[in-house]
Amino acid sequence: MKASHKVTLVAAGLLIVCMTASVVILQRVDRVRAGATLEEVLYISSPKLLKRLSLGYDGLLADIYWTRAVQYFGGKHHEGAGEYKLLAPLLEITTTLDPHLIVAYEFGANFLAPAPPNGAGMPEKAIELVENGIRSNPDEWRLYYQLGFIYYIDLKDYAGAAKAFASGARLPHAHPFLKILAAQMAQHAGEWETARMLWVSAYATANDPEIRANAAAHIRALQVDRDVAALDVFTEEYTKRAGHPPGSLSDLVAAGMLRGVPVDPLGHPYKLGADGRVQVADPDNLPFIQKGTPPGYVPPKKPKILPTD
Amino acid sequence: MPAIEILGLEKTYEVGFWRKRPKRALHPLNLSVEEGEIFGFLGPNGAGKTTTLKLLMGLARPTAGAARILGMENDDPRVKAQIGFLPEQPYFYDYLTARELLRYYAHLSGVPSGEIANKVSAMLERVGLPTSAADVQLRKFSKGMMQRVGIAQAILHDPKVVFLDEPMSGLDPVGRREVRDLIERLKQEGKTVFFSTHILSDAEALCDRVAILHLGELRSVGAVAELTAGVRGKVELIWAGTTIPASLKALGAECHATSDSVRAILPEEKQEAAIEALKRERLRLISLVPLRSTLEDYFVQQVEQAKPAQAMAVRS
Amino acid sequence: MSGRIAYIAANTFREAVRDRVLYNLIAFAVLMSAAAVLVGQISIDIERLVVVNLGLSAVSLFGVVIAIFVGIGLVSKEIDKRTLYTVLSRPVRRWEFIAGKFLGLAGTLAVNTALMAVGVFGALLYVSHHFQSSDGWVLVALYFIGLQFLIITALSLLFSTFSSPLLSSVFAFSLFVIGSFAEDLRGFAGIVRGPTHWLATAAAYLVPNFSALNLISSVAHEQPISGQLVLYNTAYALVYTGMVLCGAVLIFERRNLK
Repeated sequence: MKASHKVTLVAAGLLIVCMTASVVILQRVDRVRAGATLEEVLYISSPKLLKRLSLGYDGLLADIYWTRAVQYFGGKHHEGAGEYKLLAPLLEITTTLDPHLIVAYEFGANFLAPAPPNGAGMPEKAIELVENGIRSNPDEWRLYYQLGFIYYIDLKDYAGAAKAFASGARLPHAHPFLKILAAQMAQHAGEWETARMLWVSAYATANDPEIRANAAAHIRALQVDRDVAALDVFTEEYTKRAGHPPGSLSDLVAAGMLRGVPVDPLGHPYKLGADGRVQVADPDNLPFIQKGTPPGYVPPKKPKILPTD
Repeated sequence: MPAIEILGLEKTYEVGFWRKRPKRALHPLNLSVEEGEIFGFLGPNGAGKTTTLKLLMGLARPTAGAARILGMENDDPRVKAQIGFLPEQPYFYDYLTARELLRYYAHLSGVPSGEIANKVSAMLERVGLPTSAADVQLRKFSKGMMQRVGIAQAILHDPKVVFLDEPMSGLDPVGRREVRDLIERLKQEGKTVFFSTHILSDAEALCDRVAILHLGELRSVGAVAELTAGVRGKVELIWAGTTIPASLKALGAECHATSDSVRAILPEEKQEAAIEALKRERLRLISLVPLRSTLEDYFVQQVEQAKPAQAMAVRS
Repeated sequence: MSGRIAYIAANTFREAVRDRVLYNLIAFAVLMSAAAVLVGQISIDIERLVVVNLGLSAVSLFGVVIAIFVGIGLVSKEIDKRTLYTVLSRPVRRWEFIAGKFLGLAGTLAVNTALMAVGVFGALLYVSHHFQSSDGWVLVALYFIGLQFLIITALSLLFSTFSSPLLSSVFAFSLFVIGSFAEDLRGFAGIVRGPTHWLATAAAYLVPNFSALNLISSVAHEQPISGQLVLYNTAYALVYTGMVLCGAVLIFERRNLK
């Protein structure tokens, strides 16, 4: 058996060498390609043709493109790239292949519409996507909800938002808060309460982890905004009474105006900046806040809005 | 140095899908064949002859044991250049012509390129394939012609030892005679021939020694004459008339009656008693001929002996 | 030794040819001509795009089918019909047999692909009336498709050393499909946690990486292909094929022939 053993040994050794080499080379190839497969999305001029060519496997292909869309967004987000030019075509192809993939429309509403770096900054494309979704899924109240969202948050078009929520509320299985939201739009559009209601409802109804995380970040931001506004009122009051601005928030506690130094949604106490204004301890971890940032603060390129951040 | 040495070669297969049961195709076999011998490897179907040949050729791996050919391990590549093999019911690349096939094999066997053309032509002639057939695709060949091609590829590189598995199968009587002559010629050329068959008359005529294999076990080995000598002989009695005396039947005679005579075969030692019986019945004896015991008798005897053992094996 | 491998390879090639495998080229030629003529009628500036897309896709599909079915058929036939008995009883090592078979099949496919390439370029010439520099990338894409065939042939050979023709074709074809999404599989493996992560990673790296070899649509849009990619892909194909053939040799070495 000696000759045979020699062959076995050589072949086994060569196999291991080749396997290792193939893995190493693969990693290099992936680096060179780096998203080239995704770039090809730009060349698919007709998603409808793709659907026809997929010969009945369009559902599977839709899932593959959906996975690619999610990974694309996550990847670009982690790079801090600040632009997501392939997100729209990816979602368009996904929804053409499977028009009933509701989560794809929701993802588009949440991440296509907002301005960079939180999203692709294409609210019109987002609206187009969701409206296509509504055409294919006329009984899906969630899509009307998303539509209203885009109008309210990104376009500040309260009338449009009211119309969308109202249309959605008319559907047979609509979630009751759609009616409430429609009413809120009509009367209290620009108010804090309305915004909070919107984000809380988004958080409560979303299944996709990224959308939930995004909503949670918005809810925290709203909380911060209100806290900071309230604290600013107290510091003004203190200044009026004491004749000089407080040195720190502990002064307010000493003066009996506060029971303790309040903490932000992340658990860090608020503090007073050198300019006498209330600030958060860690603005990088609180995206979307409008108040409480130190002067000259530049938000990071990679806002912490996803669960993996 | 023996041409072929089989040392405890054994093969067990695992059969069955879920619970694998071992099936012994070949019990440990010990055999040795001298150079220049024509050795017959006999046995009924399923005895393990083809398994043995496959093990010798390295086509299957033995569960235990080893084999040596011309003093070297049987899977040594140097050995392969010196042996020729004709498998049972051979099938060759049917899109090739006979000439192309033989040239391909000649190349693979390491025959020097310059000699190939001549060797192939000589070989085609030797196995009795007409030149007109040489350039016809093998898919058009009859079984007999295929068999001849098979023998040609087995000997074309002038091997020292030739292994043939059922070389006569598919041949008409003329063809069988030709193959027998060919095998004798091989012996005259000093080659060793190891062939398996279940046609005993061929083995009896050709072989120096035979081995009988049954159910994977070697039953006996030896020269034909030695083996058949041990078998009790028979005599053939023919008498006139159609009467079959009871006493003859009692002696264990097999009787066949024709229109005017009866032919009986009985063991040799009973012949005196039989003649006496015929005399008593006043039947006229026409002929008394001793029958030479054949290899077939011996063979059947060996196989019959194995039956009780076989039955026991099956039960266990 | 190399002589024997060469003879086995030549014999395999001869068998494929006489088995009328190359007749598939007639079907291909018909398809290409029809496409070229039809597309010429449509014009609107996308003739070149359609011809490249259709042509390369057809080359890929025809070639994969041939690689799988011919590759599996030829080897299974040998093992089944016992033509192997008389080959292996000669001084031919088992690994030489595998190597020779592979080279013969690869050669057949190379010839087939070359002829199909002529067909594609012929159609291209017909619709565009002249060659342009970006046509060079089409050649590179064809080369990559050829590398795919190399890998698939090796896989077909591997499976037929131990599996029935039907199962082997199924395995080989499945690997072709999965391999085309290998990049997605690696992305997926990167996300998943727990034991699935290791399983997915192993699979993602073991599966042949056809995603990097499928550059049909980018070439149709006249995108260039980096020289680095050509180098890496070539190396990958060679190494992967080597790995698969070693596997085939290992299995075949131990196999009992029926």
